[in-house]
Amino acid sequence: MNPWPFVAAAYAAMLGGAAVLALVSYLAMKRAER
Amino acid sequence: MLNVSLPSFHAFANPARFLKIARPLTPVLFWTGALLVAIGCWAGLTQTPPDYLQGETVRILYIHVPAAWLGMGGWSGIALSSIALLVWRHPLAAVAARAIALPGAVFAALCLVTGSIWGRPTWGTWWQWDGRLTSMLLLFFVYCAYIALARADADRGGDGRVPALFGLAGTVLLPVIRYSVIWWNTLHQGPSIGLTRSTIDATILWPLPIMLAGFSFLFGAIVLMRMRALLAVAKAEARMRRMARI
Repeated sequence: MNPWPFVAAAYAAMLGGAAVLALVSYLAMKRAER
Repeated sequence: MLNVSLPSFHAFANPARFLKIARPLTPVLFWTGALLVAIGCWAGLTQTPPDYLQGETVRILYIHVPAAWLGMGGWSGIALSSIALLVWRHPLAAVAARAIALPGAVFAALCLVTGSIWGRPTWGTWWQWDGRLTSMLLLFFVYCAYIALARADADRGGDGRVPALFGLAGTVLLPVIRYSVIWWNTLHQGPSIGLTRSTIDATILWPLPIMLAGFSFLFGAIVLMRMRALLAVAKAEARMRRMARI
């Protein structure tokens, strides 16, 4: 079984999830502080 | 000890003073975290050898462990904020707990997702109802319940005591998750990383502290952003209430 698709999927999920969370939090902060 | 730490603890009770520190601290935490995560990803994907048993899949360790650390650490933050609210009536404690809840839930979910992806090539299955996986899933559900409860309490003008009690009660899950691999026979490996020693070879382990620090800084930045948003909304609502009275 080729391990790299699993490694890539795990990194994409973690980095993507953290990035979306940071973006949503940033936009909510900007909207509220406007 | 308590008397010494209380003045600095209560120095942040004033939202204006808190915001004065939080505003410059947010980008510092965010960009330091992003830089450390970038270095950690580079090191974890290219600079460490494959494990003799798991091969290249061991690289999932560098993101799975920070997700678990922050999923559990987030609930510890909610518990500490709950104590600050119930014992000292700290005015920012409820805001901090609400701000921590969503990032904590997201990282608990990411821990489950990355663990599932790691499990397929390692164990031959995506999921197993064993002690560690099930207790972590329970923590995610408890996070979801806390978010709903805290929002309902805030919408009804509550003082945050009910969510704080729930936050304290939920801490019972943390030792269950920690010791689940010792108490029960699980597919999940036993404790391999301690404060003083690790069963993982240093040539594989060294990027992990970089990733732990990086994601912790990012988590801190996200919590500060959410606290700032909640405080701004509360300020706007208070202003509208004052205007309605006039």
